Amino acid sequence: MKAPTLPNLLDLSWARVFAVFLKELVQMRRDRPTFAIMIMMPIMQLVLFGFAINTDPRHLPAVVEMREDGPMTRAFLASLSASTFVDIVAIARTSEEGEAMLRSGEANFLISIPEGFERRLVRGERPQILIAADASDPVAAGGALSAIERVAQQAFAPEFEGSLSYLAQGQPPYEIVVHRRYNPAGVTAFNIVPALLGVILTMTMVMITSIALTRETERGTMENLLATPVRPLEVMIGKTTPYVGVGAIQVAIVLIVATLLFKIPFTGSFLAFLIAVTLFILANLMLGYLISTVARTQMQAMQMTFFIFLPSILLSGFMFPFAAMPVWARAIGEALPITHFLRIVREVVLKEAGLADIASDLWPLALILLVLGTLALMRFRRTLD
Amino acid sequence: MSETVIDVRGLTKSFGGRKVVDAFDLKVPRGAIYGFLGPNGSGKTTTIRMVCGLLKPESGEGEVLGFNVLSESLKIKERVGYMTQKFSLYEDLSIRENLEFIARLYGLDRRNERVDQALEDLGLAERQAQLAGKLSGGWKQRLALAACMIHEPELLLLDEPTAGVDPKARRDFWDAIRRYSAQGVTTLVSTHYMDEAVQCDSIAYIAYGKKLLDAPTAAIPQQIGLYGWRIAGRPLLESQQMLEASDGVDLVARFGAEIHACGKDATALERAVRAVKQAQPHVEIAPIEAGFEEIFIYLMSGALDNFQ
Repeated sequence: MKAPTLPNLLDLSWARVFAVFLKELVQMRRDRPTFAIMIMMPIMQLVLFGFAINTDPRHLPAVVEMREDGPMTRAFLASLSASTFVDIVAIARTSEEGEAMLRSGEANFLISIPEGFERRLVRGERPQILIAADASDPVAAGGALSAIERVAQQAFAPEFEGSLSYLAQGQPPYEIVVHRRYNPAGVTAFNIVPALLGVILTMTMVMITSIALTRETERGTMENLLATPVRPLEVMIGKTTPYVGVGAIQVAIVLIVATLLFKIPFTGSFLAFLIAVTLFILANLMLGYLISTVARTQMQAMQMTFFIFLPSILLSGFMFPFAAMPVWARAIGEALPITHFLRIVREVVLKEAGLADIASDLWPLALILLVLGTLALMRFRRTLD
Repeated sequence: MSETVIDVRGLTKSFGGRKVVDAFDLKVPRGAIYGFLGPNGSGKTTTIRMVCGLLKPESGEGEVLGFNVLSESLKIKERVGYMTQKFSLYEDLSIRENLEFIARLYGLDRRNERVDQALEDLGLAERQAQLAGKLSGGWKQRLALAACMIHEPELLLLDEPTAGVDPKARRDFWDAIRRYSAQGVTTLVSTHYMDEAVQCDSIAYIAYGKKLLDAPTAAIPQQIGLYGWRIAGRPLLESQQMLEASDGVDLVARFGAEIHACGKDATALERAVRAVKQAQPHVEIAPIEAGFEEIFIYLMSGALDNFQ
């Protein structure tokens, strides 16, 4: 037998594609538990992670180190307490005391108001309010820090009236200096729910198709399939197409839950979203299918799926800021479909992006799809060798 | 109709450095039922898989139905019905769904009609909605045969199609194969059953990957040249044990109340049998003609390996 050439691989009869498609559909329907998992998983994960991973945390403990005790400072602290973003759990007498609480995790923030703050404020010397944040959880830190700035503005505004009204002009007469401790990069704009769509789709789509061929080999049905005149491309399209439907159902579920339960606004172009999510689903199906041409047993296929799944979570920007990773890790991330999808979905859902805005991540997604599909097609074993 | 359907020469295949099939030649004329015999692990399945394009031979060449085994396997697959040793249809599809799937893959016209007909022919019409996995062994075989016949292949490759099937189902199965043969379908069938082997027109015997025998079934007893003696009367067990331990006795088989002892060396065999008579004066001994039954027990037991 000749080595498979590309034109040979693209040989195709739609009737046979349909035959494989129909067979997969029936088998999928008959395997009720798996089908139930595919439907339930997005809901479970959304509820679990959507609530557990809180992007807008409140009541974070803060310690205040006060060297000054004037009316303006007190107003600021009162507003801070009232804002519910932070709870002032202690007043530190020395800076060592405050640092210790930050290190031990008793407080997430150390707010230092220097000596002579109010005096220097009035003189227009722009004194600093120093905030040290425990950014080991970047999400928690980011949300609260931006809140503190807003609170400060609102707290000082009433004080800058009458003879002090000149302080209300231009930039604030004080400076808030933030030191992120333990994780200087810190993500601020982060929204877990749209990103979870990417994780859910990666998980189900790759896992399901990773056993597409392996299951046939393990059950012995591959021998029969290969004895028929069915072509590799027909098997590939026929086997993966039913799961495009499953993916679409998962997308719909996530969108509905995201809107109703988490009140996520969908700001961008829905068309752009549809194109991106379709490409993403196909790329994941091809990734799984490629695994199934390599794995010899279903167990191997599962292990390979997790081999893909972990970097998809850790190196894609889902969990850690992409820009802060070393070059090699970013290179791996760029090769994963989910990295591009995460950027797209965050832009489209939260930043009002349209098709033109996401083009820079759309073409890599299409390229990944093409490369994976071609590889899978070349890897398909036409014989039992 | 004297056209050659399978004509392969020098097929060779190794797995893990071991030659599983070694320089295998086979010529099967159209319409023949060709029996493929040999002990387990002798290379029968590998050979059949190479013939239908499921395995790529390391060396060798040949034509199946006039198409090149190495380069035209898709054309061969369209015209061949291959029944695997292990049930390889979908257990989670119904009988009908399996047949429809195969019919679609071959792009058959009048699909419903053909599937109905196949179900009718094999007596599966009433159970068509049943899941294939719920069928008993015999019914699975029938379904597998129906599936590999649905595209009306010119050549049937059956790999131990009746292993583990009850005698009634086996008889029905062979009736079906003979019907197809009468319609001009060629069959290559591997088997371990003597009663099936004798129904074949010709037999190829393979052991350790080498073909040791290839002849019309009727000519085989003569070709092997097996001599036989009948030993009757008590005590049978002692006689049998003695014979089994003797030189010149290649086969000892019980047939009801008598023993048939066979061997290729007539004098050595006679010496052994007479020694038994001497030890057990009450038994009766007489020379017999070794028939098909003895020959095939002899073949199945792998005795021909001694040829090497």
